[in-house]
Amino acid sequence: MEYFNNHKKLFFTVFAFFFILTVLIAIIPALRNQEINTPLPGSQPLSGDALKGKAIYIANGCVACHTQQVRNVDMDKMWGQRPSIAADYSTIKRTDIWRNTATLMGTERTGPDLTNIGTRQPSIDWQLLHLYQPRSVVKESIMPAYQWMFEYKETPGPKDKVVNVPAEFMRGKKGKIVAKPEALQLVAYLMSLKQVKLPDGTPPPEFIYKKKLANTAGTQGASAGVELDGASLYTANCQACHQENGEGLPGAFPPLKGSKVVLDDNPELMINIIMNGYNARQSEGFGPMPPIGTTNNLSAEEISAILNHEKTSWGNNARKVTPDEVKKLMDAVKK
Amino acid sequence: MSSNTHGRITLLLFLSTLLPVITHAQDKSRFFTDPGGAGLGGLLLVLLFFLAIVVGTVHLVLKTSALKRLIRKDKAESSEENVEKFVAKLDNKEIDKYLKITRMREQKGDNKTGTVLPSLLLMLFGSILSYPVFAQAAPSRTSLFSQGGIIITLVLILTPILAGVILMIIRVRKVARKIKIKREIRESEKIARYLKTLSPEKVEEVLKKRKDALNYSLPENELSGNLEPEDEKGIIRNIDEKANIRFIEEKRKAIQRPQIDPGLSKLVIWYLVSATIWLLWGTSVGEYAGIKFVAPDADHVSWLSFGRLRPVHTNAVFWGWSSLAMLGLAYYVIPRVSNVKLYSMKWGWWSLWLINTAVFLGSISLMAGINNAGGEYREYIWPIQSLFAIAVVLTLVNFIKTIARRATHEIYVSNWYIIAALIFVLIITLVAYLPFWQDGLGETISQGYYMHQGVGMWFMMLTLGLVYYYLPQQLNKPIYSYSLGILAFWTQILFYTLIGSHHFIFSPIPWAIQTVAIVASLGMAIPVIAGTTNFLMTFKGSWHNLSGSYTLPFMLVGTIFYFTGSMQGSAEAFRTTNLYWHFTDFTTAHSHLTMYGIIAFFLWGFIYAIVPRLTRKEPPQVSVGIHFWLAFLGLMIYTIPLMIGGTMRGIMWMDGKPFIDSVTAMAPYWLWRAIGGTLMWISHLVFAYNMYKMIRPARVVNINEEPLGMEDDGELKLVEI
Repeated sequence: MEYFNNHKKLFFTVFAFFFILTVLIAIIPALRNQEINTPLPGSQPLSGDALKGKAIYIANGCVACHTQQVRNVDMDKMWGQRPSIAADYSTIKRTDIWRNTATLMGTERTGPDLTNIGTRQPSIDWQLLHLYQPRSVVKESIMPAYQWMFEYKETPGPKDKVVNVPAEFMRGKKGKIVAKPEALQLVAYLMSLKQVKLPDGTPPPEFIYKKKLANTAGTQGASAGVELDGASLYTANCQACHQENGEGLPGAFPPLKGSKVVLDDNPELMINIIMNGYNARQSEGFGPMPPIGTTNNLSAEEISAILNHEKTSWGNNARKVTPDEVKKLMDAVKK
Repeated sequence: MSSNTHGRITLLLFLSTLLPVITHAQDKSRFFTDPGGAGLGGLLLVLLFFLAIVVGTVHLVLKTSALKRLIRKDKAESSEENVEKFVAKLDNKEIDKYLKITRMREQKGDNKTGTVLPSLLLMLFGSILSYPVFAQAAPSRTSLFSQGGIIITLVLILTPILAGVILMIIRVRKVARKIKIKREIRESEKIARYLKTLSPEKVEEVLKKRKDALNYSLPENELSGNLEPEDEKGIIRNIDEKANIRFIEEKRKAIQRPQIDPGLSKLVIWYLVSATIWLLWGTSVGEYAGIKFVAPDADHVSWLSFGRLRPVHTNAVFWGWSSLAMLGLAYYVIPRVSNVKLYSMKWGWWSLWLINTAVFLGSISLMAGINNAGGEYREYIWPIQSLFAIAVVLTLVNFIKTIARRATHEIYVSNWYIIAALIFVLIITLVAYLPFWQDGLGETISQGYYMHQGVGMWFMMLTLGLVYYYLPQQLNKPIYSYSLGILAFWTQILFYTLIGSHHFIFSPIPWAIQTVAIVASLGMAIPVIAGTTNFLMTFKGSWHNLSGSYTLPFMLVGTIFYFTGSMQGSAEAFRTTNLYWHFTDFTTAHSHLTMYGIIAFFLWGFIYAIVPRLTRKEPPQVSVGIHFWLAFLGLMIYTIPLMIGGTMRGIMWMDGKPFIDSVTAMAPYWLWRAIGGTLMWISHLVFAYNMYKMIRPARVVNINEEPLGMEDDGELKLVEI
């Protein structure tokens, strides 16, 4: 065609075609979405240490392995109470004149999702130790160790934040590892990552692609006989702190092996701790325990499976509990 | 003895790959227990492909083991009985023939080396090729395979493997034929030796007859007559008396092209040299980042931590290697098909320096922790990326001005693609970096658009433009269909532009945009099939050129991956397949299959096609072959385990398994990735060596050309670097 033998006409057509499609598929939707979505009532923009921590998160490319989006599919419900919605991201604006907006949604989940990490793992001690050497708390982890955010001191000062690194990761040194401001800021940012509750009366969007009905029926029928897999529930919810061998980490997380609370015939205190958190042992150097049962939406069946795993492993030998018993106590301790 | 060792290594390779697959196959069948009838046809298709590969592999294994047996038997055989039996059947004429051969062999010397080793190497290759085949066997029993997207992907994975097996069969058959001939020659030697032990009368009788026969000789000029031979028309060329190692076929030499502007040659070569340096840098970083999956405590230096190295790797291979190589090759194509000189050489050099500066500063700043915002491929902050943008503007204007002065009436389709790519990359860079629509979800929508248009409208578009020039050039015939090229051009723009959001399926961006992206991903079948058909039909009728060329195999592999890689992208966009594969290493495998399998392979083919024409120095053919096979096998070993592992991981997540278990389960696949990545990385070292051989500054004095050069007015000089 003669039209296409004219380079001006040809290349202008090409430009116009692509430009119009771009406006339709990218620019208009982007403009419209930033306009119609407003922050949720309970949300707060980042400030102070958390804001500085976010800059560190960006600088170190954490987004390469950690997503910050709970998709509305069933497999993602372990990462948050509800799927992420557009409003969750609407507080995020341009970082500064040099750097673009950072929603940090991510496209790879080599490590866990962090949308709700401030709720899921609220222990600052754990976060610091994990940053210093991830393998000291999660043996199988492949996360980089961010040791340049920490320094070694023979005798830490009174204001220093000391990290209780297990001896095997101290390379024979006798002093203490102290968190630098970067580490504290990064952890402050992680602590700020919490899903905001939807305003009263708004039902959250549903998780779709639920597991097939046949499976659910199987587990319901199982309450009569077979239990859920307590060991794997323990791995998913408790092991990061209390460790696979149930011995915890000295100076940071108390052991469950031989613990009075675990071995007690009456599971009330144990369920209370799981549902409401616990900070009675801080004088011994142990960090506060988060209300993991509430934040992770654990059911009575799941909690009883975890309890029974803890009560009968690592040499523990206590009375098993039933889901019905747990259900009653869960209602009783509910705040 | 060495054959045994090789066999053991092969076996080890088999077992170590099968192990993790078998363990996880059980996990899988537990979850997917419902029988699916829907995908029966697709399943049959997969099985058909699988069967073809199994048959091919079995054929290979049988053939190689037969060869092995043959060689062993040859060594063991020493009894004279066989010879005796054999000789008893012969008449004198045949004995003469054997004696003649024997004598010839004695004169020529021994030629024994180079048969055992190649056949064993081939066998090893064959076994490596066959391992992914077996890896696939376990899953195909479950009904996960009733999913359309998964069946498509499986077929796509199996296609290049099948192609590899076929190539290998052709090679092995050649070797087998050669071994057979050698064996016959050796047998004749034995007979000759046996003849010496016979009684004198018998020998005399034989010799008498033989003498008679030998006494007769032809004048040897029955056909040629008595005139001196002369090639008046200059038809005979490519005469090479010094051949390569026997089992590697001598490839065709590059044809010298007269009338290349020496300034342009220099510019093109410097683009390609810069690209090669960035390839080495970028993949060294990638290799180290890959090793960190296996050894996370390799170092604790902030500049070398994984999160910082990953964008250094991706951006260096994107903007450094691929972009510079594409532009360098385009600087050759645009003036060539327009039949004029380049508008401005100076702007070309400016572009080169600007891009090099951008990638250099970008790499340093990312390692120092200066990152735009973590959006993939826009990690360079705007002051750095704008250097790249200015370079693109300079190149675009330069090219359009060149085309405006063209001596041809039509604008060749290559130029459509190249100019379009340059226009598009400017638009997408502006969309990605302008701040007006980047708040909240706006960032995600423009990110989805940007990261996919970067791949599809810049790398793919420009490379396709180059294919339309270099493929026909290397096959020495026009492209099969100009119209198909135009159809692919417009449909590529239409569909590719719309699919960006398929990177954010199930995210909070509007469901409607996600659906448009999924539908358009399917629409991509049109340009991809049109393009692949066009390239393969151009190959058709010239397949014999393939074995005699060191550039065409790269282009064929690029074409195959263009089809399989692109269609895999469409299959991944389905909502169901997204459940398994999104966020896993499957996407890493996919991006390597495309950016490496398509773009890098095509670029290598093109580079090997023109650099020898510009410098008149050929790369060593053996090391080009090593480059090809290491890169191809490395890519397969890299991607296939990651695809299997990624699928397993997605299934574990859907199954609600503890997250850390899915990390542990990936360990063997990450190890395979590191192994495949190492092979790829080594192939780049070989490629850099070849580049060096093609452009090395040492001056080769060509006695035929020197006197001409002295009389020359300077326009046809060799390129000095």
